[in-house]
Amino acid sequence: MQAVKIERNGLPVKIVKAMHIVFLLLMPAFAWADDAVYRYPIDDSYAATILGTPQQLRPDTGGEVPVKSMVLETDRKKPEIFFYDRGLRYTVAFQDRKAPLIFLIAGTGGSSRSAKIGALMANLYHAGFHVIALPSPTSSNFIINASTSHVPGNLTEDAADLYQVMEQIWSVSRERVEVSGFFLAGYSLGGTEAAFVARLDEERQLFNFRRVLMLNPAVSLYNSVSKIEGLLDHIPGGPRRIGAFYNRVMAKSTEFYRKGDFVAIDDDFLFAAYQAHILERDEAGGMIAVSFRISSAGMIFASDVMTHAGYVVPKNRELNNDDSTEDYFWTSLHLSFLDYFNEYFVPYFQSRQPGLTREKLLETVSLERIESYLASSAKTEVITNEDDFILAPGELDYLRRVFGPRLKVYPCGGHLGNLEYRDNMAFLIDTLRSSIW
Amino acid sequence: MLSNAIKLIYTTVLVLLISGCSAGRAYRPDDVPPMHAVGEFSDDENVSRTRDPWEGFNRSMYKFNYEADRFVLLPVVAGYETVVPRFARTGVSNFFANIGEVRTFYNCILQAKGKKSLVTFGRFLTNSIIGIGGLFDPATVFGWRRENEDFDHTLETWGAGTGPYLVLPIFGPNTARSAGGLVVDSGVRWALMNAIDPFGGTGARTGIEMGATALETVDLRHRESFRYYDSDYPFEYNMVRYIVSERRELKTIR
Repeated sequence: MQAVKIERNGLPVKIVKAMHIVFLLLMPAFAWADDAVYRYPIDDSYAATILGTPQQLRPDTGGEVPVKSMVLETDRKKPEIFFYDRGLRYTVAFQDRKAPLIFLIAGTGGSSRSAKIGALMANLYHAGFHVIALPSPTSSNFIINASTSHVPGNLTEDAADLYQVMEQIWSVSRERVEVSGFFLAGYSLGGTEAAFVARLDEERQLFNFRRVLMLNPAVSLYNSVSKIEGLLDHIPGGPRRIGAFYNRVMAKSTEFYRKGDFVAIDDDFLFAAYQAHILERDEAGGMIAVSFRISSAGMIFASDVMTHAGYVVPKNRELNNDDSTEDYFWTSLHLSFLDYFNEYFVPYFQSRQPGLTREKLLETVSLERIESYLASSAKTEVITNEDDFILAPGELDYLRRVFGPRLKVYPCGGHLGNLEYRDNMAFLIDTLRSSIW
Repeated sequence: MLSNAIKLIYTTVLVLLISGCSAGRAYRPDDVPPMHAVGEFSDDENVSRTRDPWEGFNRSMYKFNYEADRFVLLPVVAGYETVVPRFARTGVSNFFANIGEVRTFYNCILQAKGKKSLVTFGRFLTNSIIGIGGLFDPATVFGWRRENEDFDHTLETWGAGTGPYLVLPIFGPNTARSAGGLVVDSGVRWALMNAIDPFGGTGARTGIEMGATALETVDLRHRESFRYYDSDYPFEYNMVRYIVSERRELKTIR
């Protein structure tokens, strides 16, 4: 590429040749690093997912990011137990000049202030974007304030709710920012949702996204959740014993902390624990599934309170602030997302639309539903990892087939573990930029 | 002034004793049973080990603290952060932390921790003299790490159990034991201040002391990044209770 540019600029051929030689002498290490050798340091997918990217391997985003927490007030009458909820919470970081604007969608259960959103926000702001971050439709804040049905998981409906929120946020922000074009990105479930939002935008034409990035998306929500839930099959006693499992892992970690000279439970501690092989691989996987359960417990409970379906809370109850939530918490933690799907989600949509089959509903939670759009839409792009365990067998090939050259696959990184890695962030930003400049 | 903490905790305990304080139960006899109830999962090991018999009271206090933060403390802290420059805020934090060394010192002695008490004593002297009355923290620069001991930990070393979970107004999540520890530590400080009487000659003793207490409260809130109900997680109360006890345990390991 370099050579081509230089010749175009009309430099004498001799100089070009000389430069070629210099390049050949100097460049190999770098050139190879770009293509063949990917140096993200953690090759175990579970460890990568838990540990993320070591601080020193992240890009430098020096300078403060003017992140503001905002509330989109909604007029819904809220149950007394959610008295503290004053509306949909989103975060923004605006440039003080004309710039492209990117919307971000958080992953399962995530708020707009989650760590991954924070990282994306800092990097994208640094790269010159206005950023608006939205909570996941599976977060309780979204379920309470922005979900039409209060029953998250139906990707078409969740995308419609997201779109409405984006419209409202844009209408209150448009006077404060000068925007040169719109972009969209989401990670994990948020990536899958971004695809549905993109398709909806083709009809509504409000944003006309220049580019839509799906970062480690699920192909089928149901399959991904089954994969994550499956991690609990490898812990002693299985999913019914997550409490005992959690206690055991914590005891092990505490013991390690006691023996070592650690100042705090921070990244350094986690890395040391990883290097000392404190956890078995199955235990690391189990902890990923447990943290997923903690997210989904909030989702199940919030949804049930809003719909009065009588799933974990008695349907005649109006919960107050001083009512104990302990038992609901414990119950929700022990229900899997698959239970939610089969016992709550499916009946809800069947009651709305009699005759709807479970198989038909399964299609609503998968990218396959909008496959033809994704295959033909040049603006959609996927970045994922070879060892992302939320993809079921065959799904990576499916992505290859549908997205072709618009799919970037890294050899390792697990589920989003390498999101903040230098190369990843640079590629991500280049991909977005390639459609601006 | 300093005895305010004692009064506050005393009133809290009184309210606890007088009022009904248990939380609303998850299931009532006349409820329509939900599809899944907790009994189904009683074969698993419990994770939270903090007893919470005063949950109703604690939840009300949790809410009270949220409102107090929202309408009083956080606006004041925001003003403080805008008006007072960073180096001055650090000075204030250092100053109160230096006074806190006294607490750490006698609690180290009570726990028979010789080395820690020496380091703390050295830190206090260094920071008071070289650090101009504690406004700066040269001791840390010299490599003496700040220790943190309180009477709660002393009670633990003596074999006292934590007692039930207790959310105090303003002070937030605690246990019965740590609330007791707070009372003792505040009492000691009050007695020391009375004995030394640093503002006795100024003629405005009460005023200065009240100002100092207010500043200390603002500094405390300024340094604490926790915000009530900020997680948007419907089980935040339960999570905070668990995390607080975990953190306490990890702290005492050191």
